[in-house]
Amino acid sequence: MDDITLSARQQALLDRFLHENKLFYAPDPSIMENHRIAPRSELEERLLSQPLDRQKINELRGLIVAALDESHTMIEQMGAAPGAKWGDMTTAIFTAAGDLSMIAPHGVGGFAAAVFYPIKFIIKHWIPEPTVGVREGDGFIHNDARYGGIHNTDQSMMMPVFWKGEIVCWLSATIHEGENGACEPGGMPAAAESKFDEGLKMPPFKVVENFELKRDLVTFLQNSVRDPKLQLEDMKVRLHSVLRLRERVLKILEAFGPEALVSTLRVHIEDVVTEVRRRIAELPDGTTRTVSFADSTLRENALLKLNMAITVQGEKMIVDMRGSSPELLNRSINACQASFKTMLFTGFMQNIWPDLPFTMAVFTPFDFIFDEKSLINGSFDTPQAMSLIPLFKTMTIACIPMAKFNYSLPQRYTAMVAPQYDQPATLIYGGLTQHSEYVGNFCADINGMGQGGRSHRDGEHSVSPPFAAHCDLGEIELMEEDLPMVRLGAFTLARDRVGFGKQRSGLGYEQIHTYRNSGLWGFMTGCSGSLFCSAQPLFGGYASPTYPLCKVKGVNVFEFLAQQPEALPLDIVRIMNEQPIPGASYSTHDMGMTFELAAPGELYMMCQGAGGGYGDVLQRDPQLVMKDLEEDLISDATAREIYQVIYDPASRVVDEAATERARAAERQARLARGKPYDAFLAEWQTPAPPAHLPFFGCWDDATVVYGVSMGQRVKMDGKALSSMFMLNPKDLRIAELEAQLKAALARP
Amino acid sequence: MRVLITENLRIDLDSELWECRHCGKALISARENYKRGLLVYNRDPREIHKPLLDPAKYALTYSPNPDWCRILEYYCPRCGSMIETEYLPPGHPPVHDIQLDIDALKAQWRDRAEVREHAPGADAGLDKLLSQRAVHARTHSH
Repeated sequence: MDDITLSARQQALLDRFLHENKLFYAPDPSIMENHRIAPRSELEERLLSQPLDRQKINELRGLIVAALDESHTMIEQMGAAPGAKWGDMTTAIFTAAGDLSMIAPHGVGGFAAAVFYPIKFIIKHWIPEPTVGVREGDGFIHNDARYGGIHNTDQSMMMPVFWKGEIVCWLSATIHEGENGACEPGGMPAAAESKFDEGLKMPPFKVVENFELKRDLVTFLQNSVRDPKLQLEDMKVRLHSVLRLRERVLKILEAFGPEALVSTLRVHIEDVVTEVRRRIAELPDGTTRTVSFADSTLRENALLKLNMAITVQGEKMIVDMRGSSPELLNRSINACQASFKTMLFTGFMQNIWPDLPFTMAVFTPFDFIFDEKSLINGSFDTPQAMSLIPLFKTMTIACIPMAKFNYSLPQRYTAMVAPQYDQPATLIYGGLTQHSEYVGNFCADINGMGQGGRSHRDGEHSVSPPFAAHCDLGEIELMEEDLPMVRLGAFTLARDRVGFGKQRSGLGYEQIHTYRNSGLWGFMTGCSGSLFCSAQPLFGGYASPTYPLCKVKGVNVFEFLAQQPEALPLDIVRIMNEQPIPGASYSTHDMGMTFELAAPGELYMMCQGAGGGYGDVLQRDPQLVMKDLEEDLISDATAREIYQVIYDPASRVVDEAATERARAAERQARLARGKPYDAFLAEWQTPAPPAHLPFFGCWDDATVVYGVSMGQRVKMDGKALSSMFMLNPKDLRIAELEAQLKAALARP
Repeated sequence: MRVLITENLRIDLDSELWECRHCGKALISARENYKRGLLVYNRDPREIHKPLLDPAKYALTYSPNPDWCRILEYYCPRCGSMIETEYLPPGHPPVHDIQLDIDALKAQWRDRAEVREHAPGADAGLDKLLSQRAVHARTHSH
């Protein structure tokens, strides 16, 4: 049967049959695996072949950016989602082919850099589909990251702009909504064991006709989530911000004509491609490499490797991620390659080329290589609701290999910076509020990561998330008006939890959460980095520390405070070490906690993290160490033992000569304990990961990948990875306890 | 002609050698892995990231787990400067992190002036942060 050959007529018939009888419009690999801008359209080719009026293009660019700013501000002012209040959204404009051209000047660019995928899906599949079509006044909604996106909490509104019957551009508005009807509240379920546990999974579909929301579809979506008010409100907000943006674009079309707009949108991205090619070409040719490890699947501890090699060849940059962890079929921390590219791009825009316009065209000169079925090239069937675990690392991972390319440049575009803290260290919550409303969402602390140390100065404290510089931390008082949560401690920088270095990292801060006035409330965290340090250092600094989740249970802190208001120190380390509340249970846990209900007045405490340190600690200016002491960022023990600074503890006057002697002695101690590399390697390196480590990823050869499936270690060819299937941690715990019981009963 | 490659390393294009920027020691051929010219120490991470919570009370203390995470410290064999650090699981092969095409590097620097130290220069990342923060603050009072 293999030798059937079809005639041209039969082939045409078969093609037509398949085209007309498509079973399922799954994500289209030809769209999802193509991050490059489309070739010029005929119109673009004609317009851009002529001499361009750069002055006019700049004028239009200004008008478009102002319009984007205005529509973005509308969302900030009106959006109901907590994320909208802190800046976790954007509006954007795309070419007629769907390529991202410009975003709002203080928007989250990653959203727009992911939305071009569903727009291209609409163009390719829904325009020619007679039951759908695209007409003036239509708007499309989308949230499923498999069709483009970062994760399914982000909902977008996409709308074409017509001019005399033709689409001239596309507009979008995206908000991190949070709640989406998943198996846990808040939209980022760590407990999801399949994609069907993830809540709403919207491929792009039409939800607006004649510029109005279709109420039947809105009702369906409201009926699918815990917070129907939020769903309705923000669908209206996204629609009306896009409509305002459309009004402004129509004014531009009326004033300047469609050709000027089309030229501007296209030239803007082509100029970026040209500039990026120039920047790559001025880097040294060669390869730089790094590795990054997450230590949790959010259900169990596991060492999950991201393996990155970046190669520069002339004007081309190749990002090779082969050898990274395999995908986990029943854990929610997988990401598809489009999400990975978007977040890597976001990191480039924050730390490496922050001066470039925010358009995905930056990556057009890039090639990518992945293993199929890897954690960051996850297949369609994998749950991806907590893709943030690899994706937060993705945003910072390129800092190290790119610094090793960029350092030599005679002219730099920005400072060298060690990686920012790279895990979403925030509390996710859900339950019934004091206003008798069911909600589920997350706290703004996700935006408070410490920055890495920089080539010319220390990192900034709790500065921003790694995906956007402007997002803020919200107002605790506002949160407490809406929610039963109470923050007993907030924004106290976490002393001694620093990426030490010549230039130290910025610090994260402590969060002490509890709640009252609710009969049903609970928390979850979705974060790794409790066993293995998260934010990696640069050029000989040290990493961030590890961070546990701390709980104080079995007690109502409000009752304790009513009796002894002065007796509770608002400091996590003191609470845990001094255990001031009698009868309470104090415990530490890793930072991957699936949703659990809490009792009123119980404490859940965590830290936002520090970035990586930059450079040798012995080169840190002793006066800066004293300043750190004055600001209570470090302890005396750190000043003496890590930085080797000798000073009078009372006056904090540095003894320069004694400090230099101490540092010289430490350098001699290094020479005494260090071993030549080859000799060290002979005793250090093992042929395979140690048996005690649940290790996922390559070891010494990027083409051979390890994993753990059904409790057994597996070794695979990187070209033929299998999906890993994890055992239920509760089943494992039950088996462990049963074995203990059996052994105890067997004792005479 | 020397090219600065990291905060701690440079390459002498004439001798084709990696050098320590702090003491000038020639480490190894620029066509080799520079780590082969350094000393290495396997550091227990608890010595740097010290336990802040009482280890007698808690398993997790803000210190890394030494069975999962080690710090490899790389020292210049002459002056003892910390050239690089690497956080790895026990036994994991060190990463060959910089592998440059030396012939291409020579050609690239033929027409460039030598840079001995970088001026602090621009911090476009910080500028962007501050300007976006200002816009956000202006448009979003709460």
